[in-house]
Amino acid sequence: MNQPPRPNSFRAGPDEDGRFGIFGGRFVAETLMPLILDLQDEWNKAKSDPAFKAELEELGAHYIGRPSPLYFAERLTAELGGAKIYFKREELNHTGSHKINNCIGQILLAKRMGKTRIIAETGAGQHGVASATVAARFGLPCVVYMGATDVERQAPNVFRMKLLGAEVKPVTAGHGTLKDAMNEALRDWVTNVDSTYYLIGTAAGPHPYPEMVRDFQAVIGQEAKEQMIKAEGRLPDLVVAAVGGGSNAIGIFHPFLDDDGVRIVGVEAGGKGLGGDEHCASITAGSPGVLHGNRTYLLQDGDGQIKEGHSISAGLDYPGIGPEHAWLNDIGRVEYVPIMDHEALEAFQTLTRLEGIIPALEPSHALAEVIKRAPKMGKDEIILMNLSGRGDKDIFTVGKLLGMGQ
Amino acid sequence: MTARMEQRFADVAAEGRPVLVTYFMGGDPDFETSLAIMRALPKAGADIIELGVPFSDPMADGPAIQLAGQRALKGGQTLAKTLELARRFRMEDQGTPIVLMGYYNPIYIYGVERFLADAVAAGVDGLIVVDLPPEMDDELCIPALAKGISFIRLATPTTDDRRLPKVLENTSGFVYYVSMTGITGSALPDPSLIAGAVGRIKSHTDLPVCVGFGVKTAEHARVIGASADGVVVGTAIVNQIASSLTEDGHATEATVPGVEALVRGLSAGVRAARLAAAE
Ligand SMILES: Cc1ncc(COP(=O)(O)O)c(C=O)c1O
Repeated sequence: MNQPPRPNSFRAGPDEDGRFGIFGGRFVAETLMPLILDLQDEWNKAKSDPAFKAELEELGAHYIGRPSPLYFAERLTAELGGAKIYFKREELNHTGSHKINNCIGQILLAKRMGKTRIIAETGAGQHGVASATVAARFGLPCVVYMGATDVERQAPNVFRMKLLGAEVKPVTAGHGTLKDAMNEALRDWVTNVDSTYYLIGTAAGPHPYPEMVRDFQAVIGQEAKEQMIKAEGRLPDLVVAAVGGGSNAIGIFHPFLDDDGVRIVGVEAGGKGLGGDEHCASITAGSPGVLHGNRTYLLQDGDGQIKEGHSISAGLDYPGIGPEHAWLNDIGRVEYVPIMDHEALEAFQTLTRLEGIIPALEPSHALAEVIKRAPKMGKDEIILMNLSGRGDKDIFTVGKLLGMGQ
Repeated sequence: MTARMEQRFADVAAEGRPVLVTYFMGGDPDFETSLAIMRALPKAGADIIELGVPFSDPMADGPAIQLAGQRALKGGQTLAKTLELARRFRMEDQGTPIVLMGYYNPIYIYGVERFLADAVAAGVDGLIVVDLPPEMDDELCIPALAKGISFIRLATPTTDDRRLPKVLENTSGFVYYVSMTGITGSALPDPSLIAGAVGRIKSHTDLPVCVGFGVKTAEHARVIGASADGVVVGTAIVNQIASSLTEDGHATEATVPGVEALVRGLSAGVRAARLAAAE
């Protein structure tokens, strides 16, 4: 493919129609269009409303616990013997991942729009927990759609959602993973469009979701940039994050996109390898198509039927990716690479043992890429990685895989 | 609009009754049975055929049509084979308009230009693509209109007077009024609300307005047909097919006749519609 010319800024998108190059857009049923246009209006107003910004910052500081720390991983750095490794510790946020940043922002919008019911889809359950949490905090009923496979492998989060008062609806269609949960959430939304706000958990879906979720998550990169300058007096050489739908990744990438010296790498779920169908590497092994409201890279067959994919990590088990990532790939600003299940599992153990941090399986993919690259970089170079969530939800899955029993 | 579509609406209007539009899923449960069902529809009284194109992720469909799509895909159905169904049907029936209904991705992957050329060659008259709202008209709607294929748009209860002109702008063939917010296969709403909505749409357009979502019986068809230019029946037909299959999803001797009997009843319903309205 011919590379499009370099734009003046990598941070200007999307255009008015929600497009990042050929990606993005609003591919939804007519029933949803009026609501999506309303949401866009409300979002445009909120963006420039100082009261909205103040409320977001207030809740960020006192409810989520922002700013999250920037942590120098001294022992991991020494072990790998190359670049200095820093973690942006989103796993220390309230509810244990970056997902809460987006949920707080969107529930404030839902309130402004007068919506009385929240629905969400979830894979790993982190977004479901974050949605159930903000719904409890703001006194709104919440229904979470979750693939039946994920209900099983992320049981602790299912229990948390129920404790928080949410109704968890298992979805058995397909493989019972994130894609199927999203279909079912869209069906609910089409049916209950008047009362209901759909709190999408990643930087995908119809415009304005990809932009909106990115802007709520960009606090990660903005803080990290300031913290890094304070710690090191300069920007990092490499920024790495795991990509499911792409919200934690775009959140940390976006503020660095126009900084020429900063290389950026997104890590996709390579599953059991790209040779067969058991992976979720939408960019590295997929092709452009239209699903869930946007055009983006998808895993699909020659007839345009979407494939199921596989990842050890429920949060990465999605056959698509946010449209801004698709564009950043095509334009050559961000490099996307796959990491296999077993590599992520090893990285999970490495971090646990060396730094006393149990990471979620999603950022374990980013970590595996860091572990590959750090030794090849100079000791004066700096890597920044988004540690997007903690691994409490994964310990039973990992225990089983490692034969450690319960 | 194709001459065929125009002719069919004109002929049926001359009979003083609404058109009966019947939906079924192409390839459900297999290609040959599906072709037999398609051929049976006009004989049983269907005026227009909506031919469903299966998609792995039908976000606006309820369980019945989801399952029909899965059966079709399992039976090896593809967009190419759905076009082939249309082509085979058209060899024997030059009068019944065919509208392909589905989602955008299979068409996008097939290639829009190639798809339109093949659709014209197969005798397809119109398209309903659920996830292409007017904001996305450059993708397929405008190119389809240029080839003489109608792009039929869904209007819903959320399509208010502010939005209607935008929805109707590039719509051709007919307007499909979805009588509720919801997925296919939900319950039928109050007929008086439907009559009001049809009137509202007709004040914005000269196109025929067909009403669907929730029509299951001849009585429904009669009541809705009193105010609408056409009645669309989908889930009821799909359910009829499903109920005739063997446990592992194969067609039986009852499959085609079952659809025929159902459609004959619905056809009697639309034929009684205006009589009732005139009373
Ligand atoms: C901790 C964590 N990181 C990453 C992801 C992947 O989502 P995204 O790509 O939107 O950040 C998830 C999803 O559940 C998650 O829980």
